[in-house]
Amino acid sequence: MNRRHIISVLVENHFGVLARISSLIAGRGFNIDSLTVGETEDPTVSRMTIVTRGDEQIIEQITKQLNRLIDVIKVTDMTECAHVERELVLIKVAAPTAQTRTEVVQVVDVFRARVVDMSTATLTIEITGDSEKVDAFIEMIEPFGIKEMARTGSVAMGRERNGRASRGAETRVA
Amino acid sequence: MADSGTVKTADNRAFWRRDMEGKECTGAEILVECIIREGVDLMFGYPGGVVLKVFDELYARRDQIRVVLPRHEQAGVHAADGWAKVTGKVGTVFVTSGPGVTNAVTGIATAQMDSVPLVVFTGQVSRDLIGSDAFQETDAIGVTRPIVKHSYMIERPQDIARIVRQAYYIASTGRPGVVLVDVPKNVTFEKAVFEWPETVSIRSYKPTTEGHPKSIQRLADAIAESKRPYLYVGGGVVMANASDHLLELVNKTNIPVTTTLMALGAFPGTHPLFAGMPGMHGSKLANICFQECDLVIAVGARFDDRVTGKLSAFAPKAKIAHVDIDPSSIKKTVKVDYPVVGDAHWVLRELNKVVKPRQPNEWNRMFAEMKETHWFRYRPSTEVMRPQYVIEKIYEMTKGDAIISTEVGQIQMWAAQFYKFDKPRRWLTSGGLGTMGYGFPAAIGAQFAAPDAMVIDIAGDGSIQMNIQELTTVVENRLPVKVVILNNGYLGMVRQWQEFFYDRHYSSSVIGGLPDFAKVADAFGAKGLTARTHDDVVPVLEEGLAHPGPVFMDFHINPEENVFPMVPAGKALDEMQEEEWA
Repeated sequence: MNRRHIISVLVENHFGVLARISSLIAGRGFNIDSLTVGETEDPTVSRMTIVTRGDEQIIEQITKQLNRLIDVIKVTDMTECAHVERELVLIKVAAPTAQTRTEVVQVVDVFRARVVDMSTATLTIEITGDSEKVDAFIEMIEPFGIKEMARTGSVAMGRERNGRASRGAETRVA
Repeated sequence: MADSGTVKTADNRAFWRRDMEGKECTGAEILVECIIREGVDLMFGYPGGVVLKVFDELYARRDQIRVVLPRHEQAGVHAADGWAKVTGKVGTVFVTSGPGVTNAVTGIATAQMDSVPLVVFTGQVSRDLIGSDAFQETDAIGVTRPIVKHSYMIERPQDIARIVRQAYYIASTGRPGVVLVDVPKNVTFEKAVFEWPETVSIRSYKPTTEGHPKSIQRLADAIAESKRPYLYVGGGVVMANASDHLLELVNKTNIPVTTTLMALGAFPGTHPLFAGMPGMHGSKLANICFQECDLVIAVGARFDDRVTGKLSAFAPKAKIAHVDIDPSSIKKTVKVDYPVVGDAHWVLRELNKVVKPRQPNEWNRMFAEMKETHWFRYRPSTEVMRPQYVIEKIYEMTKGDAIISTEVGQIQMWAAQFYKFDKPRRWLTSGGLGTMGYGFPAAIGAQFAAPDAMVIDIAGDGSIQMNIQELTTVVENRLPVKVVILNNGYLGMVRQWQEFFYDRHYSSSVIGGLPDFAKVADAFGAKGLTARTHDDVVPVLEEGLAHPGPVFMDFHINPEENVFPMVPAGKALDEMQEEEWA
C-alpha cells in the first residue's frame, strides 16, 4: 500500500552530501514530495527530512540505500512513531477588492495563518502546519487565485512523553 | 602461483619513511608515503599535468612502489581490478585530471558493479581554478558520484593521511567497492606536518560483519526443515574468502550448489553437488533446481535479473534465505523469509557450528539424475570449429588451473560454461556492467599478481579491439599473458539476439575489416598464431600455451554459433531454449 512517509536522515555536515543524497534518489528512481536540509544542535551534523510515498518494499529500499551512503549517520522513518510535523508556506494570493481581502483574511484567521505582506492587488500569507492543514488551507485559498507559492517542505521530530523519546523505526542494521 | 585467496598484505614497514613523522612535508610526499603504508607495492598510473608532483615523488620512491603504465586509463583501472580479484587486496590507480578521469570512468563503474575494492586517485586542477573550466578540468566527484562507494576531495595537505586511510578502509570493508580520491594540484605542493593515524574510525560507517546469532539459528532451522534446499552462491563468497566454509557446509548437509557468474570457483566446479551457473545462459540443472527447490539459500548473491529470469515465476515453491553483507541487497527484488546481514565468511562459519547434518535424500537422487542430462552440452563436430570445443581443450591442457579472464558476450558465456573452476580468485569477468575490453587488461593485472600463473584472456574479435593497445603493456613488461580470440566476424551476442528476436537483421553486428590478429600481435612484438580449422585447435593451443611470452591465438570459429541454453529476457527459468540436435 502506498503511504506517505517522513524519513529523517542525520548526515555529516560536509560539502557534497546533499548532492550525494539527491543523486541517489534520482538515480534509483525514488519519488519524493519534498526534501529539506539544515543544521542540527551539533554543527557537524545536518538533518535531512525527506517526504516520500511508496509501499513497504520501496520505503525499505530507500532507507537501506540511504544508510549505505558513507556520510549517512542515521535514518529514521518518523511515520512509525508519534511525531510532530511542520511545514512553512508563503502564498501570494490575488485580492484586488476590499471584499476579497476580507474573505481571504477570514480564511487566514480560521487556519491561524498570518498575513505578512499586502499590496493593492495581493496578500502574502504565511502558514505553518502539518501537510493536512497546509493542503486544506491551499484548497480554501485557491479559488481566490494563487499568484505564487513557496513551500519549505516538511520537517519533523519525535514526540516525547515523561522525558522519554518516542523512537521511530531506526533502520541502521547492527 | 600465489596461493589464491590467502594472500596477506605484505608487511612493508621497512619501506616506511619514519623520518617524515612530525616533520613538514609536501602533499605529494605525504600522499605517496601513505599509499606505501597501506601496503601498496604496485599501482597502475598514467601521468598528466596536474599530477606531476606526485609522479615525481613516485620516481623518488620507485624502489618501494612500482608504477605500471597502461596505454589507456580505462585499461589501467581494469588491470587494478584484475589484480585486486586475484590478490584479495585493494587495487590502486592514479590518473590525471579531465580526460584521465573520464577515461577511467568505465573501469570504475565496472569494478563498483562487481564490488571490487579499488582506490582511484584522480588529479585535479588547483583549488583556485576549480569551477573555472580550466584546462583538463572535470568535476571528478560529480562525474563518478553514482558509480563509486565513496569519494573525497582533499582540500588541505594535513587531511591527506586521514583520507587515504579512510579510503582504503572503506574500499576493503563491508561490501567492497571503489573509493575515488580527488587531489587538487596545489595540495601536492603545499606543506603540512605528517602524522600517521594508527586507526581508522568513521562514525557513520560501521559495516555489519557479524551475522546475528538468532538469524543464523533461524537459517539453520530452516535448512533442517527443508526437503529440497538449494544453495545459491554469489561473488560475496569469493570476496569474503569463504569457500572453505561453504565446502564444509555442503559436506555436512549435502545441499546442491549453484554459483553465479561472479562466483565461479567459490565452490569446486568438479564437485558432484555443483549445479553449474544459473540464469539466462546457465545450466538447465541449475535453473530447474530453482524452480523445484523448497528453500533457496542465497549467500553473497543479489538476485540479478540475469539470474532470476521473470521474477514472479522465480523459485515458486521456495522460501528464501539471504545472507549478505549489504542490507540493501536483501529484499531489493525478492521477498526474503530468512535474512542474515553479515560477512559470508563469518556467517557460514557460525552456521556450520549450529546446522544439523543432513543425509542425501530423494532431492539428491533427483539432482544426480538430472546432472546426467541437464548439464551444458554441444554437438561435437570436426567439420566446423566449435568454440565450446576450444574452451574444453583449454580446460584440459591447463588442468583447470589457469587464471581465466574474459571479455563480454558469447565468449564469456562459453568460458563460464565449459571451464571448470575448482578454486576461487581464478576467474575474472565483468558480470554487472558487462564491459567489453575488460578481459585483456584484467589479465595484465592478474599476471602481475601471480607472475608464475598461466593467465588466459578469452576474447572475441569485437571485444579484443576495445583495449588491444595493451599489447604494448604486456610486451614492455614481459607478461606472458595468453589471449584466445574466438573469432566469428560478428559481435556474437548481439547477432544471436538479432537472430532470435529481430528477424536476423544483423544491424551493426557484422565486424568488417578485421585485421589479421596474429600479425597485429607480431607487429607489437608478441607471438601470433591462427587456427583456421577444427584440426588446428590443439596444435595452436599447444604451441601458444607453451610459449614463454605473450601470445594472441586467433581461432576462426563457426560464425553463427549460439549460446545455449538460453532463457529469453523476461521469461521464467524453466522456459529455456536449447540447442537443436538435428
